Amino acid sequence: MPRPPTMLDISDLKVFYGPIEAVHGISLCVPEGQCVTLLGPNGAGKSSTISAICGTVKTSGSVKFLGQDLANTDVEDRVRAGISVSPEGRRVFSNLSVEANLLLGAGIRRDRDAIRADIERWFRTFPILGDRRRQMAGTLSGGEQQMLAIARALMSKPRILLLDEPSLGLAPRIVSQIFEMIEQLKQDGMTILLVEQNARQALRISDYAYLLNTGTIQAEGPASSFGQNDELMAKLTGLG
Amino acid sequence: MEYILQQFINALSFGAEYALLALGLAIVFSVMGLVNFAHGEVIAIGGYTMVAFATLVTANPWIIILGSVVAAALTSVLLERVAFRPVRYADPTTGLLTAFGVSIVLQNLFLLFVSPRPIAVTSLYFLDVPVDLFGIRISSLQLFETLATLVVIVALTLFLKRTIWGLAMQGASLDFQMVRLMGIRANRVFALAFLISGLLAGLACIFIMARRGSVDPHLGFNPVLMAFVACVVGGFGSLPGAVLGGFLLGIVQVAMLVLLPQEYGGMKDAFVFGIIALILVWRPNGILSPPVEKGDKV
Repeated sequence: MPRPPTMLDISDLKVFYGPIEAVHGISLCVPEGQCVTLLGPNGAGKSSTISAICGTVKTSGSVKFLGQDLANTDVEDRVRAGISVSPEGRRVFSNLSVEANLLLGAGIRRDRDAIRADIERWFRTFPILGDRRRQMAGTLSGGEQQMLAIARALMSKPRILLLDEPSLGLAPRIVSQIFEMIEQLKQDGMTILLVEQNARQALRISDYAYLLNTGTIQAEGPASSFGQNDELMAKLTGLG
Repeated sequence: MEYILQQFINALSFGAEYALLALGLAIVFSVMGLVNFAHGEVIAIGGYTMVAFATLVTANPWIIILGSVVAAALTSVLLERVAFRPVRYADPTTGLLTAFGVSIVLQNLFLLFVSPRPIAVTSLYFLDVPVDLFGIRISSLQLFETLATLVVIVALTLFLKRTIWGLAMQGASLDFQMVRLMGIRANRVFALAFLISGLLAGLACIFIMARRGSVDPHLGFNPVLMAFVACVVGGFGSLPGAVLGGFLLGIVQVAMLVLLPQEYGGMKDAFVFGIIALILVWRPNGILSPPVEKGDKV
């Protein structure tokens, strides 16, 4: 089987918050059409890595998307290039309706009819969101907000989807639903970089995984071999 | 009865003007958390543009009005570009001091290059004629002002609810970075907020100039002070709050004017602000203060 081309290529990435370095030169890559997972405990630098790809933090090293170095690319232009994020904490626009959230997600598109059709499609996929289309997003439950956040991220028709802790703080039944959704996206050909603490579920749907701790990559490998490494799994599930 | 109705219309038109001014402050504050005290100087620019147009260009009042509104809007956008953009993500205090700085610089430019004395503009007197409405005599200016504010409120509401830029501005009031992460350009959202703010300043300028008939370097000081109070009462950052605060301020002012006995007339403002203070005791963040995002990050 030929290796799929690399979509996202990160090398020697460091992330800074003021004088503090949170990520100490990590390298990872996400091939097209695959789901890659970043595992690791709180404070390992997972979300910082996501922020670095989005361009919202100060970094050094290189982040290449489709061969292009993003060093001088604004946050907005990265989205326009095809990077979309469902951020940690979901961050839906709680003062806007469910529908308005999706419309904003499609803010870079100009094909009004197709946007309408996409929104209707999401409402068919998640009838609960459709029932509440005019309701403020802030009134949704955590799981509904997470679905909305992912749907919103997909409204821009991205090439790669970054998912930051989509299962955080949700009931187990909802978590399974979210992972089903991610699996479906992957089957539809979406390239995904997933950040998770829920190692078992994440590895089940991933192709490749990295273990991040205290800002460095401690282990990496195909998701299946991660799952078989009992020592590692014990450590991971213990951490989670 | 007639007297009450007349005072009611007075209150309404005062309130409309305050609402218009307060909206200009609130729309910028909601997006970037900046209290733009230079808003008054934007109004003054509108006034001076009227003078310039009336003496140098044309006697046609509609062109003069258009010119002054356009000048105010452009000034507002220009101020964002040169003064507020560099401090966009800085501390709120930095933005506040920048706004004061801009305000002082502009006032001194007016003093140095125009005149410290008031300059008369007579082109807008035609807006202010007495009219009979259901048997009561009121000024046409009051009518125009109230109607204009209502039109602005409707237009702004439609813009905010029906257009993607309007939604972006509402989203930005909650989480600006998330709006950027939607690919919507921050520069455009900021520019748009200042453009709308400038248009509102220009509109307010017309009514202020029509009533006063002259412009001086401190034209905008009092209006912006009132707008600030209206915003605080209504809840800073809330647009409906700005409108509510504006009308409430108008009503309280007129009520004090009417109800206070003659000998206390000089203390009108003290009573007005006393009542405002009581409202703030009741609702310290303003009546319609937007809910604070507590977030759910664990």
